[in-house]
Amino acid sequence: MDAPVIVIIGAGPAGTRAAQTVACAGLRPIVLDENQRQGGQIYRRQPENFTRPATKLYGASAASATALHNDFEALRPSIDYRPETQAWGVSDDLLLTECRGHADALRFDGLIIASGATDRIMPCPGWTLPGVFSLGGSQIALKAQACTIGQAPVFMGTGPLLYLVAWQYLQAGVKPRAVLDTSSLTTRLRGLGGLRRRPAVLVQGLRYMADLARAGVRLRSGIRPVRIEARQDGETPCAGAVVWQDGRGRTHRTDCDAVGMGYGLRSETQLADLLKCDFAFDALSRQWLPVTDRDGATSRAGVYLAGDGAGIRGADAAESAGALAALRCLQDMGRPVLESEMTRLRAALEPMNAFRHGLETGFPWPWRHAAALPDETVVCRCENVTAGDIRRAAGPLDSPEINRAKAFVRVGMGRCQGRMCGLAGAEILAAARGIAIEEAGRIRGAAPIKPLPAKIRGVVT
Amino acid sequence: MSLSTEIAGRADVIIAGGGVMGSATAFFARQLGLSVILLERDLVGQYASGTNFGNVRRQGRFLPQLPLANRSRELWGRLPQLLGEDVEFVAGGHVRVSFKEEDSQRLEKYAEDCKPYGLDLELYSGRRASERFPMLSPDVNLASFSPLDGHANPRLAAPAFARAARRAGATVLERTEVLNISKNSEDFVVETTGGQRFVAPQLQISVGAWARKVAASFGEDLPLVARAPQMAVTEPVPYRIYPVIGYASWVEEEGVYLRQVERGNIVFGGGRRSTVDLVAKRARLDPLNTLRQMPHMERLLPDFARLRIIRTWAGIESYTDDDIPVMGASRLVPGLFYAFGFCGAGFQLGPGVGATMADLLATGQTEIPLAPFNIARFTPAAVA
Repeated sequence: MDAPVIVIIGAGPAGTRAAQTVACAGLRPIVLDENQRQGGQIYRRQPENFTRPATKLYGASAASATALHNDFEALRPSIDYRPETQAWGVSDDLLLTECRGHADALRFDGLIIASGATDRIMPCPGWTLPGVFSLGGSQIALKAQACTIGQAPVFMGTGPLLYLVAWQYLQAGVKPRAVLDTSSLTTRLRGLGGLRRRPAVLVQGLRYMADLARAGVRLRSGIRPVRIEARQDGETPCAGAVVWQDGRGRTHRTDCDAVGMGYGLRSETQLADLLKCDFAFDALSRQWLPVTDRDGATSRAGVYLAGDGAGIRGADAAESAGALAALRCLQDMGRPVLESEMTRLRAALEPMNAFRHGLETGFPWPWRHAAALPDETVVCRCENVTAGDIRRAAGPLDSPEINRAKAFVRVGMGRCQGRMCGLAGAEILAAARGIAIEEAGRIRGAAPIKPLPAKIRGVVT
Repeated sequence: MSLSTEIAGRADVIIAGGGVMGSATAFFARQLGLSVILLERDLVGQYASGTNFGNVRRQGRFLPQLPLANRSRELWGRLPQLLGEDVEFVAGGHVRVSFKEEDSQRLEKYAEDCKPYGLDLELYSGRRASERFPMLSPDVNLASFSPLDGHANPRLAAPAFARAARRAGATVLERTEVLNISKNSEDFVVETTGGQRFVAPQLQISVGAWARKVAASFGEDLPLVARAPQMAVTEPVPYRIYPVIGYASWVEEEGVYLRQVERGNIVFGGGRRSTVDLVAKRARLDPLNTLRQMPHMERLLPDFARLRIIRTWAGIESYTDDDIPVMGASRLVPGLFYAFGFCGAGFQLGPGVGATMADLLATGQTEIPLAPFNIARFTPAAVA
């Protein structure tokens, strides 16, 4: 009998630990990575000829990052690693991939999806101006290319990444003009119960804030974005100031030359959708997530989720979840696994779940802002669809849910397939119709998950 | 028995199915003064009517269908005035190309045969084809151009008809599924899964791929299979391609077609059709079919290979075994009418079917010849 084929998607913390676990069990997993180098987003690596030390790149997580990178290098001979490879579709039991225009179709006995997350975006007037980046994008520029998004950036949004990115910029010699958090201090205190379950991480976050404050960076909480204003120096307008309201409703204007924004993270769930895994509405994060059990097993036999792609718990949780999902996959295949190790990993994930609850409670997605967006605000930037267009779809065109609105006004129909605008679009629709957010549904996934080159050849030709 | 339920509505005609056929019929029936109840199981235009390629093409059709297609084409041009909404109809023309001599001969013959029906095609052979349509491959053997055809946005058309029908006084009920249809001496009684009863002396069945079961319940079974044509769309590029372009091959896999929308995206489809689950109401989308389309798309439009595909989808279409739709009065049941089974080529016909069915419902007759589409061809009198 052939050895079972285990395919792992993603080579961040979850994917790497899953690969290591499978390799330790004597199998040779296929690891698909859309990036050029292993590490994922949080431990993204710089190009090979860059020499910045890990402490500079990853701050307090330098030891974890280095361990993950080194363990992966040691693992290389035991795995089939395929960088720059996109898993873009599913045809029955085949996983379809693309690498530099070459198509492949993989049969698998076990599939572990560790696809990570992207920034959760709440649009505001002016967010599509040049010079406005997501927090993740701001971080990629710094980590991968040693570039900054500007000399005087404003970071706006909510969540721990807001402070981490601002702190990383400060370390790189760029002092942010302000860090503007939509979560108020009282709201954050509500999350403290959960956040306390991981004291070291909580302390680290507070340390980042203290460093920023000590450097004279303006930290404001409970703010409400009003708009990002353009500055005209040169041919194209770009971000020049952030106008925002403080908790008492007073309006402020902060000059800047770039904006990084993000409101927590949203899981990349499209592959689970294409695999027809069951989804359920997660009231905590106001997102639809694939249903998994505590080990990451989905409703589809042989398919497992690990890491932020299954719900946002962060890098440390992702490492445990990747190993656990792999053990569960091996166990389901009838291979011997150490039950004690699974028990240990499940226990390690317990405080992570409480921590996640604390994060979502303390730094909530400011969904009420969506209802208040002016009609002319662009929500879907790929198709240039405004909040007013979505309201027209909700009202006069009578769309009961987001896919109908997509059919009528093209929200979520463009290059990103709703990955950026889908959540805010659904909030606007729900508010306009006065329905609960879960009734507005979620944009149905369709292949390709990311744009596919038309010159793709292979498999069927 | 549900006879105790209240009658929720009574009208001159009940239309089951809110695709483009049912919606357009509702609209035109109101224009002729009939009272109308349209019952749609899900949302108007959600299946084939909303997911098809968007072709407003006459050339290449079964010749006896051209009077209907011509009537429809005339209506397409007037839809903004008729409906008060734009459904993105662009009369950019339609090009059928061939790469093989034998296919070219078929195109030449068709161009002759369709003339008596008032369809004038322009033929460009060899180098003249790529001079006239520079986006085409220089290998094109023959291009047959129908200048007055074009394309429209299928996601908008059926809902626009339904809204206009509603504004004109029709009752349009979405998410209303028909559970049972019975007929007493005068009326059809249509019961819904929600326990409502609707009553009318005339009933039109336009439920697309789901029509076989309904027709069979009236003793008019027919071979009707559901298949899923597969589409995709590229990222937007500057708007240069005005006509629809199709590859007139008689080999299924080669038969791809494309159009560019004004926004810039190139919508394409064709080739192998996938399977359908009628119970789950899902077309199976097979991304491998997208890969199969690529070389044929590149053969048609060489620059296509430089683009990226951003989305794929499939629709639920129904096909008869003679590739001709079912349209007109039932042979067995007075007051019963059919309009379904358009074999993947119904979108262009939608407005014409609506107007023609409305004629039938209002007056019992129409100037459009419908004999070839009668369901009686599947239920010979001897069998009934």
